[in-house]
Amino acid sequence: MSAAVATDRSGTTTGEGTDALLAVADRVAGWARTGEDVEVYVARGDETDIRAYAGEVESLTSATSAGIGIRVVVDHRLGFAWAGSLDESVLQETLAEARDNATFATPDEHVQLAVPDGVAAVPVDLWDDGLASVPTTDKVALAVALEARARAADPRIRQVDHADYGDGSVEVALVSTTGIRSSSRKTSGYLSVSVIAGEGDASQTGGGFSVGRGFDGLDPDRATDDAVSRAVRMLGATKGPSARTTVVFDRRVASTLLSVVSSALSGEAVAKGRSFFAGRIGEQVGDAGLTLVDDPTDPRVYGAASYDAEGLACRRNVLIDAGVLRAFLYDTVSASRSGVTSTGSAVRGGFSGTPGPGCRALTLAPGPEGYDEDGVLAAVGEGLFVQSMTGVHSGVNPISGDFSVGAEGLMIRGGRLAEPVREITVASTLQRILQSLMAVGADVEWLPGIAAGQTLAVGDMQIGGL
Amino acid sequence: MIESPVLERVLSEALRHGGNFAEVFAEDRSTSSALLDDGRVEELSSGRERGAGIRVVSGETTGFAHTADLTESGLLRAAEAASAVARSGDGGTATVTVRPLGNAGGPDDGGGPSPLARASKGDTLELLRRADEAARDSGDSISQVQAGCGSSRRQVLIANSEGLLARDDQARTRFSVSCVATGDTGLQTGFESAARTLGFELFDEVSVEELAQLASRRALSKLSARPAPSGELPVVLAGGSGGILFHEACGHGLEADHIVKDASVYTGMVGQQVASPLVTLVDDGTVGSEWGTFAVDDEGRPAQRNVLIDKGILTDYLWDYLRARKEGRVSSGNGRRQTYQHLPMVRMTNTFLLPGNEDADEIVAQTPNGVYVAKLGGGQVNTTTGDFVFGTTEAYLIEGGKITEPLRDANLIGNGPEILKRIDAVATDFAMTPGTCGKDGQSVPVGCGQATMRLTGVTIGGTAE
Repeated sequence: MSAAVATDRSGTTTGEGTDALLAVADRVAGWARTGEDVEVYVARGDETDIRAYAGEVESLTSATSAGIGIRVVVDHRLGFAWAGSLDESVLQETLAEARDNATFATPDEHVQLAVPDGVAAVPVDLWDDGLASVPTTDKVALAVALEARARAADPRIRQVDHADYGDGSVEVALVSTTGIRSSSRKTSGYLSVSVIAGEGDASQTGGGFSVGRGFDGLDPDRATDDAVSRAVRMLGATKGPSARTTVVFDRRVASTLLSVVSSALSGEAVAKGRSFFAGRIGEQVGDAGLTLVDDPTDPRVYGAASYDAEGLACRRNVLIDAGVLRAFLYDTVSASRSGVTSTGSAVRGGFSGTPGPGCRALTLAPGPEGYDEDGVLAAVGEGLFVQSMTGVHSGVNPISGDFSVGAEGLMIRGGRLAEPVREITVASTLQRILQSLMAVGADVEWLPGIAAGQTLAVGDMQIGGL
Repeated sequence: MIESPVLERVLSEALRHGGNFAEVFAEDRSTSSALLDDGRVEELSSGRERGAGIRVVSGETTGFAHTADLTESGLLRAAEAASAVARSGDGGTATVTVRPLGNAGGPDDGGGPSPLARASKGDTLELLRRADEAARDSGDSISQVQAGCGSSRRQVLIANSEGLLARDDQARTRFSVSCVATGDTGLQTGFESAARTLGFELFDEVSVEELAQLASRRALSKLSARPAPSGELPVVLAGGSGGILFHEACGHGLEADHIVKDASVYTGMVGQQVASPLVTLVDDGTVGSEWGTFAVDDEGRPAQRNVLIDKGILTDYLWDYLRARKEGRVSSGNGRRQTYQHLPMVRMTNTFLLPGNEDADEIVAQTPNGVYVAKLGGGQVNTTTGDFVFGTTEAYLIEGGKITEPLRDANLIGNGPEILKRIDAVATDFAMTPGTCGKDGQSVPVGCGQATMRLTGVTIGGTAE
């Protein structure tokens, strides 16, 4: 591959991006009529995605996208409309549609746009200037090298299911007639690889990745080593026995677990009676070793941000302190509904979504022992180490707390990883998991998503197998 | 959406640097949704997205670029970007002529609002209020209700360098109700939805009150539910509880992109017995107005009926253009993509088990002990190992051939090729359910269907010892 790729760029260009987007947002907000509040969210992004297979590029995607999301509030009624374009006629149509939608909503005194609250935003630099100048040929070479490395890593690797390079940049501007005016920009890069290991008739899979703010620092060795070791150590796995035992969650799995718990900490879920945490502020909801913080102002965190999705400053929120439930996360509307103020925790899924409260950067305070994974395994002695969970969306309910997932991993014997097991279930309730937390690793890994990875040990879980 | 001469020039540009295949996929999609929550109409939302994705295939390599700019210059820029994967050299002379594809062309009226937007917003809100009321009237313990209605209209145009020109105009409408019930044991949830490839006519066929009552029944019954068992037990799946079992246990594993990479347990097994003789599994994108139905797929191929497993014998896989071409055959009409911003890949449409001869009640009566699953939620599979899970959202114990106590939600886990052999009874009460299938970051609407059936043993992931 030596061809250079011309990027598909229409309209604004990177660099002057956020100013141009602010100008668009300012203009649309300026069309607000007397008696209505208007919030304009404008975003644009570039992406490159490359998949390598058998030493070649299987696919290469390059694209630019842009869009607008408009919220209109009239007489405490909200309407929303979005469009995947910033053409002038589209902007006007979108505002008109949002305005029309507002007339159908039920008036609700809590419905309002965010108002500046005086909290200063913590600047976090999430932009890698170098990314834009990395030639596509270098990105292709990295994807191809990743695939080659995975194939050669171990004789038992039968296949590389995918080896991907991806990067992207996103710029956002947010302007409202209630005084909000913010912009942010962010770059990201990732490598992701999934391998199939085989021995005899049996095959096992493993995945690994490396993420960063750009091209530099992406580590194909790390991604490959992780994928290969996860697949190879599962070879020979059999269906494990049913048991009630201690479960150690691998860092990645623990991150998923925390993400699920976080939906029960949403102020909106709480206000609407959709959280098992509702009404329990000040109560002991977990083991004394459980301290959970959401802090998007920490620049090391994948989900770091200066501003939330309503343009308020992101801030550090302590949610659970030594097992005691201290706070929920709020956006402007859910805060008003609960008689509190926003915690700067609005999130939204791009220009086509409306804001709601959510976590960006959860971490648990590490236990005093400073354990890494081996330390947690040694402390636990006997149990099950889970390296991947399936069925999280079908088997974990953040309203009732019921928890039942498919799992694969390795038995823990004598404080070390032993034989692999698969096709088993792990069940408990989220409430009991928090109370039965036995160890929190100090091995913090800033994983993509909304929660850091740390090895966790949880007692008294039901394993379903033979 | 785009005139033929423009398409021809764009496709020619796409092949200017070489390459074997080029394609323009243009899409104009309007969506609208309304949400009633906590007793209030909280949000009406409308969206519109137009754009085109251009694909160039050169040998084993695909170049792809997408743009929201549907002018000729915008399309040409995207074509140039997509063509960069083709090695420079022998290109430069490609000329392409496109022609409409038989009867699979839909009208092109330049796009327009979604079905919901064309119906009155007031009518939609009335449906939401009726659902809310019906759910709350189902029991005093119903503490929260959310009702949502969403619809989309998706006009697509596909042209490729083999001369194909196809259009489709797809309207889809979905209505869902989620309930929370509060009791001494905490909170429980219930959900039900209806979704069809239809406009507002969906509501000629579907009663929103019935959906609401089903959702609230699920939440209420679980307030007194006991923990699900853990370990292996016989399981009876109710008709229409969710053919998600087949979607996960083998559907994904029969997608040719997994097959060609030897990343499926079903690789190389065509002609072999892979399931109980009671299993005849079909994927069919042409069925009525089911959720996974369309006229042409996202590569311009007409939807068709594909028999995947015939009386237990694996007969074929599911194919898209690229994987079929590699094998010297034609696509089975299973090339789908979420939007113009995505590359197509092999996807299911409506996947279902053909009904059997037995009586559903009799199947339960002949099961001494086990679990009766009235409704399934989602699932997930690892196609390489065949291990899959699927979750229950309404389940009961079977004791002495009778359905007895309700059980709390749990996942069931199994291995595809093993589970398919453990099907020992299939009834006549066939029904389809809508779902959303996620694969490699893309979501598409699918249908699943099956009649009441029994599995001789599945591992249930409950908390009871």
